[in-house]
Amino acid sequence: MEKEQIVNRLNSPDELEALRESIVKSRDPKQRCIVICGGTGCLALGAQKVITAFRREIEKGGLESKLALRITGCPGFCERGPLVVVKPENILYQQVKSEDVTEIVSATVKGNIVDRLLYVDPNTGKKVTHEPEVPFYEKQKRLLLGDNSNIDPTMIEDYLALGGYAALSKVLFEMSPEGVIKEVKKSGLRGRGGGGFPTAAKWESCRQAPGDTRYIICNCDEGDPGAFMDRSLMEGNPHSVLEGMLIGAYAIGGHEGYIYVRNEYPLAVKNAEIAVKQAEEYGLLGKNILGSGFDFAVKISRGGGAFVCGESTALMASLEGKVGEPRAKYVHTVEKGLWEQPTNLNNVETWANVPLIIKNGADWYAKIGTDGSKGTKIFSLVGKINNTGLVEVPMGITLREIIYDIGGGIPDGKKFKAVQTGGPSGGCIPESMLDLPVDFDELDRVGSMMGSGGMIVMDENSCMVDIARYFINFLEGESCGKCIPCREGLKRMSQILTRITEGKGKDGDIDLLERLSATLIDSSLCALGSTAPNPVLTTLRYFRDEYEAHIKDKRCPAGVCKELVTYLIDEEKCPGCGLCVKACPVEAITSMGKKKPVVLDQEKCIKCGACYDVCNLDAVIRK
Amino acid sequence: MVTLTIDGRKVQAEEGATILEVAEDNNIYIPTLCSNEAVKPYGACRLCLVEVTRGKRERLVASCLYEVEEGLVVKTNSERVASNRRMLMELLLARCPNNKKIQDLAHRLGVDGTSFELEDKQCILCALCVRTCAEVVGVSAISLVGRGTGRAMATPFYEPSDVCIGCGSCAYVCPTGAISFEDVGDTRYIKWPKNGMEFKLKKCKTCGRYWAPEKQLDYIIKKVNLAPDAFDNCPDCRD
Repeated sequence: MEKEQIVNRLNSPDELEALRESIVKSRDPKQRCIVICGGTGCLALGAQKVITAFRREIEKGGLESKLALRITGCPGFCERGPLVVVKPENILYQQVKSEDVTEIVSATVKGNIVDRLLYVDPNTGKKVTHEPEVPFYEKQKRLLLGDNSNIDPTMIEDYLALGGYAALSKVLFEMSPEGVIKEVKKSGLRGRGGGGFPTAAKWESCRQAPGDTRYIICNCDEGDPGAFMDRSLMEGNPHSVLEGMLIGAYAIGGHEGYIYVRNEYPLAVKNAEIAVKQAEEYGLLGKNILGSGFDFAVKISRGGGAFVCGESTALMASLEGKVGEPRAKYVHTVEKGLWEQPTNLNNVETWANVPLIIKNGADWYAKIGTDGSKGTKIFSLVGKINNTGLVEVPMGITLREIIYDIGGGIPDGKKFKAVQTGGPSGGCIPESMLDLPVDFDELDRVGSMMGSGGMIVMDENSCMVDIARYFINFLEGESCGKCIPCREGLKRMSQILTRITEGKGKDGDIDLLERLSATLIDSSLCALGSTAPNPVLTTLRYFRDEYEAHIKDKRCPAGVCKELVTYLIDEEKCPGCGLCVKACPVEAITSMGKKKPVVLDQEKCIKCGACYDVCNLDAVIRK
Repeated sequence: MVTLTIDGRKVQAEEGATILEVAEDNNIYIPTLCSNEAVKPYGACRLCLVEVTRGKRERLVASCLYEVEEGLVVKTNSERVASNRRMLMELLLARCPNNKKIQDLAHRLGVDGTSFELEDKQCILCALCVRTCAEVVGVSAISLVGRGTGRAMATPFYEPSDVCIGCGSCAYVCPTGAISFEDVGDTRYIKWPKNGMEFKLKKCKTCGRYWAPEKQLDYIIKKVNLAPDAFDNCPDCRD
């Protein structure tokens, strides 16, 4: 959809509304449109080939007037990508390949449906035709992600057609900065980046802080393993983030802003850059926005990939061109942040919530969620879950609803064991707490946290000690190394957890882990260190017996820790089929002839479990 | 001036002073390894943690960074503070088990052994050398390299530095003696934990002894605009 277009700068709210009307008028709501997810998830699954095939097919058939094509950001159902939706009917085709395109196009033109590409609900066995009826979407409340399918993120006109920048126009011409802060305060919005700090209180402190220049920052340095909420918002609907920043800037009195986005998110960087350029062309960014006299400019800064740069003071150091290391926050960044000036930093998702609050009112927003946590939250649901993807749910929904109703439960009929929320420094929540309502305070209460919204599901085959070791290893690698408790403490925690998983755990190791945890919490310089013990403390709190089994009985109950596992052949069950002989990568299993049980050489066995996985007859025993 | 309470004693302090400075002025001991009045506070060693109460909120803060406030109540050695310090010393003792300075401080804080596997390092990465080189000397010849547990103090790429003047401030300020320098004949040898450099010493025109690195003297001549022959004689032989 590349076209040269002469853009007229908008000089008033009326001109914005007139433009919006003309865009809406020029579009036929009944026009069939093929919507393809061009988010990073679907691209990884081959969406680019599908997009190319659709382009070619439409061109070949001269169907441009009958069939529009829109490449969008992520709608969330990554498990079933590449995703194609036919609008306006909302017919969902899943796991589409380029070979399917000819059939989809010819069926769509005739008004037919390609039955074989529809989603089948595994629970009922029924085919689901329309996207909103898919159970994965049914329980969600997609205030932020919902528009992703209706917007080509490289076209500001799509965002404008849906009422985009109307909230900005409203605050610039109908509200005072204090009025905006009051409205956001009334909405109850809390920061989505991890801490859950009340957004309006932060804005107010920054507005009131003494200083000449106030900086506005959008933190898109999402680094949690398995988390991609911010990426998907920035890729799919960058203007909603920009509009939020503009409204915040007006409320705070800032005229310069930065979007700090990790360089590993090339599509998010690209779409943010396009969005900034288009908003500037329309006069929605830059000098004298919409003729209001208000100026705000945004620069995009790419992060170098250090996890710690998601921490606000490290991020600001990085923006200044220094090494991304945190500093103590006894003087808050709202008073002295970037270049020692008052600075307001919010996360991508927080900013994207702001236009909704202004547009629909704080009362509407405050009705969604729980007493202490308002609105929706996007989670990236990953791990041992049937429906991997992005889900947006109202605060207060239970973990059970997210995991079973939306996520479709655990694959292969396995048993749920724990869910880790809040990224690497979050905590593991056990099955007994599945009915926990998900909000900032409830997650804190059980020793975990909301974090930025990662949700990793684990099944019965996960060893909780090994999980704790994995996250501590990750954090050890990402510690900046400045302060002793974090650098030296995480190294020691990692050593202790490693020796426990290797069967070399000692009496007193649990106590030592707890003492180390207390020091990391109390004395670390920044939140990376002070929250790092969470995976250890929550697994100790809820799965202490697994630690004890490793240390005392030298046994890994989940059968994960190699040094504590032995594989044996059940001679009565083994028919000598030889599947395991082929599967073994180190030739540790020898065939003794047909109908004779195979022999496993324990000396050679590397305990990879390939024989166990491949045997259909339960003839390989894991002890 | 503000009034605060440290360990039950009411003390007066200048606004903007840190708790650590005020405690030192009042002869109240707070251990620290990474602070030095010559450079800006950094907050890395965490040994100077103290417990502060403001209103109902009690928390641990790094006293080298936390500025005094009116009515602040500070405890420099509560059980919570002490137990954190003991764990920090255990961690340091495991990193540098053979370092006398660390052993002595550990002993003073009640720690005579460590629960962790022993390493054999001398440097605790407090960055005093790096900060002194940047803030006081003004050359930034050394820096911290790498991140996290792989971090080290070195010259860029571990190669001889073009800008190092051999002044030895890094060795002087090092709290653990991890950096050393020695003048042998006409040469100064500086040894950092990962690499080292040699510097030619200047010979005194009068007494003939080698008394300072030539690079350092050139640097001073340039910086304060002295005559080129200002350092031809050593301090003892100057008029």
